[in-house]
Amino acid sequence: MSVFVDNNTRLLVQGITGKEGKFHTQQCVAYGTNVVAGVTPGKGGQKMDDIPVFNTVKEAVNQTGANCSMIFVPPAFAADAIMEATDAEVELIVTITEGIPVMDMMKVKNYMEGAKSRLIGPNCPGIITPGQCKVGIMPGPIHKPGGPVGVVSRSGTLTYEVVHQLTLKGIGQTTCIGIGGDPVNGTNFIDCLDAFEKDPETTGIAMVGEIGGTAEEEAAEFITKNVTKPVVGFIAGLTAPPGRRMGHAGAIISGSSGTAQAKIDAMKAGGIHICENLGTFGDLCAEVFS
Amino acid sequence: MKIHEYQAKELFKKYNIPIPEGGVAFNSNEAEKIAENLGRFPVVVKAQIHAGGRGKGGGVKLAGSIDEVAGIAGDIIGMNLVTHQTGPEGKMVNKALVEQGLNIEKELYLSIIPDRATGKIVIMASEAGGMDIEEVAAATPEKIIKVYIDPLVGIQPFHSRQVAFGLKLTPTVMKPFVSMLVSLYRLFIDYDCSLVEINPLVITAEETVIALDAKVDFDDNSLYRHKDILEYRDVDEEDPLEVEASKFNLNYIKLDGNVGNMVNGAGLAMATMDIIKLAGAEPANFLDVGGGASAEMVENGFRIMLADKNVKGILINIFGGILRCDVLAEGVVKAAEKTDINVPVVIRMEGTNVEEGRKVLAESGLNLITATDMKDAAQKVAKLVTGY
Repeated sequence: MSVFVDNNTRLLVQGITGKEGKFHTQQCVAYGTNVVAGVTPGKGGQKMDDIPVFNTVKEAVNQTGANCSMIFVPPAFAADAIMEATDAEVELIVTITEGIPVMDMMKVKNYMEGAKSRLIGPNCPGIITPGQCKVGIMPGPIHKPGGPVGVVSRSGTLTYEVVHQLTLKGIGQTTCIGIGGDPVNGTNFIDCLDAFEKDPETTGIAMVGEIGGTAEEEAAEFITKNVTKPVVGFIAGLTAPPGRRMGHAGAIISGSSGTAQAKIDAMKAGGIHICENLGTFGDLCAEVFS
Repeated sequence: MKIHEYQAKELFKKYNIPIPEGGVAFNSNEAEKIAENLGRFPVVVKAQIHAGGRGKGGGVKLAGSIDEVAGIAGDIIGMNLVTHQTGPEGKMVNKALVEQGLNIEKELYLSIIPDRATGKIVIMASEAGGMDIEEVAAATPEKIIKVYIDPLVGIQPFHSRQVAFGLKLTPTVMKPFVSMLVSLYRLFIDYDCSLVEINPLVITAEETVIALDAKVDFDDNSLYRHKDILEYRDVDEEDPLEVEASKFNLNYIKLDGNVGNMVNGAGLAMATMDIIKLAGAEPANFLDVGGGASAEMVENGFRIMLADKNVKGILINIFGGILRCDVLAEGVVKAAEKTDINVPVVIRMEGTNVEEGRKVLAESGLNLITATDMKDAAQKVAKLVTGY
C-alpha cells in the first residue's frame, strides 16, 4: 500500500519536450514509472523517446487514460498548466516548477476548490512510492521500498537527507511527498498525515517543516486529535533571521509569526518526537519506529 | 522586494490614494526647497530606509520653520539610523521625505496581504492605528477587522462596507475611505504585492482620509512582469555581498557568524546553518546554490563566502540530486585554483555520482577535509574555527 501514487499511476508530463521535462521524464521511466503521454502545445503528434506528445491535456487524457500529471512548465505559464490539468480532471497534479507568482497560485487554489484534482506543490521535488512509482526529480536509489514510514516535507534536498538516513538505518518508506516551499500550495501537511493515518502499511510518519506560515502548528493540532501513529518531526531554520526570505518563497519569518521555535513548541505539545539535530534523524526514527 | 516610503507614495499617487504633499530630498538644500514650496508649517522630515521603527530611532522629526527643516534634514540625511529592524549596526540614511504636517483627528491601521493557508486576499484594519499591529493583535484581537476576498471575484462593495463600518467611520469619511480602499486593492493586485500597509491612515480634522505612511512589498516571483518596479530597487539598502551574489543567481544572505556554508536546496541550507550552531559555531551566511548549480556558480559562491572577513572556516554540504556531486567537486577544484582559499574547508557530499565526486577531490591534491555525514561535518568545522 501507499498513498496517492502506485503501480496504477499513468503519468503524463506537461512540458515534456523542455530540457528539464525531458531529462526527468527519462529518469522516471528508468525508475519504472508508467509514463503514458506528454503535453507541449504546438508539438502534438511528435514523440519524446517513445512517449506520444499531445497539444492539450484533455486530448492526452482521452487517448491514454493518464491519471496523474507532472508539470515542468516555466513559472509564467505554470498556473495555466495546473488549471488545464484540473479542467481535464486529472486526479493528481504534481507541480515541480519553482518561482510561480503568489497571485497566480492564489487564483489556482480558488479555482481548484471543489474540483476532482489534487495538487502537490508547486516548488517541490514531487512524490515517490519507492519500488513502484516516481513522479518527480528526487534521486530514486536513496529510497527503500516496502515501508513502513511515510515521509512528508516542505523541502527538496532536506527530504533526500532524511530519506537517506532512514534507508541507512534499514527503514523503508511507503510514500515520500514533497509538498513544496511556496507560501500558497496544494496538498498540505494535514492532507498527507490523514492519508498516512489511513494507509495500513504506514506505521510511522516523518514530517519535515521549516520557518514561515503556520502549517506545522495546524498539523500538530491535527496530529493530537486524529493521528494514532508515531510522528518524528524536524524543523529547519532555528538560526534564520526574521524578515528574510530563506531561498523558498514561503520560508520567511514575518514579525513573530513563523519561527522555528514556535513550530517546535507546537509539535512537541502535539506529542511529536522532535529531532533537534538533523544529523541524528535516522537514529531517532530507529528508536521511535522500532 | 522592498521599496522606500516615498516610492510607495508615488504608486499611491498613481492610484489616486490621498497622500500628504511633499517630496524626497537628498540633502538639506533640497529639503528647504520642498518646505518652501509647501509654504506652511509644521513640516515632517522622515528618513528613508527599508526598515520600520524609524520614529522611535530618531529618524522622523517635526520642523516649525525653514531653519529647522534645514537643521533636521542635515541631521537625518547621513545619519546612521538604528531601529529594532535594522539590527544594532543600523543603516545609513541617504534621503529624507519632507511632507506637510496634518491636523490628525484619528489614526487607523490598514493593510492588504495574501493569506497563505486559504489562498484568499485579506484586508486587515484596526482603529488602533500608529501602533505595532502585532502588539494590537496580541493584546486586543477583537480590535482587528479581517475581511477575506476571493482573488477570482475581487473586492465587492460589501467587503468595503465591512471594513468601513468596522472602523466606525462617520458618514462624511465613509465615501472617500471606500474609494481609497478599492484603489489600494487594485494596486495590490496590479503589482503582485506581498504587502500593502498604511500605518497610520489618518482621518484629519477636515474629515479627509490621508495615507500618512506607506509600505509596499512585492512578490519576487512576479517581478518579471513588473519591469517598472525593478527601477525602484535601491542597492544601497542591500548588503554588498548579497548584491554581488544576486548577479550570479545565488541565493545568499549574510549573517554574523564565522562558518561560511554552501548547500544545495533552501531547506537543507537552513538545516546546515542550524547544525553548525548546535556544534558550537555560528553560521556566517545562508547560501543555496540551487538544484541546477553549475561549476561556475559554485566557484562564485566560494568567492563571495571568502569575501566575508569573519569567515574562519567553510562547510560544503551537498546532497546530489539534479546537482551531481562530480559537478560540484569540479567547481570546488576550479575555485581553489583561482581563489586563494586561506581557511579550512570541510566537504560533505552524498547522492548522485558521489564516488566520481570524491575521486575528483582526492585527485586534486587540495587540502580539503572530508566528512562522512552532516553531524561529522558540523563538528569538524566547528572544531576548526573554535579551536576546541
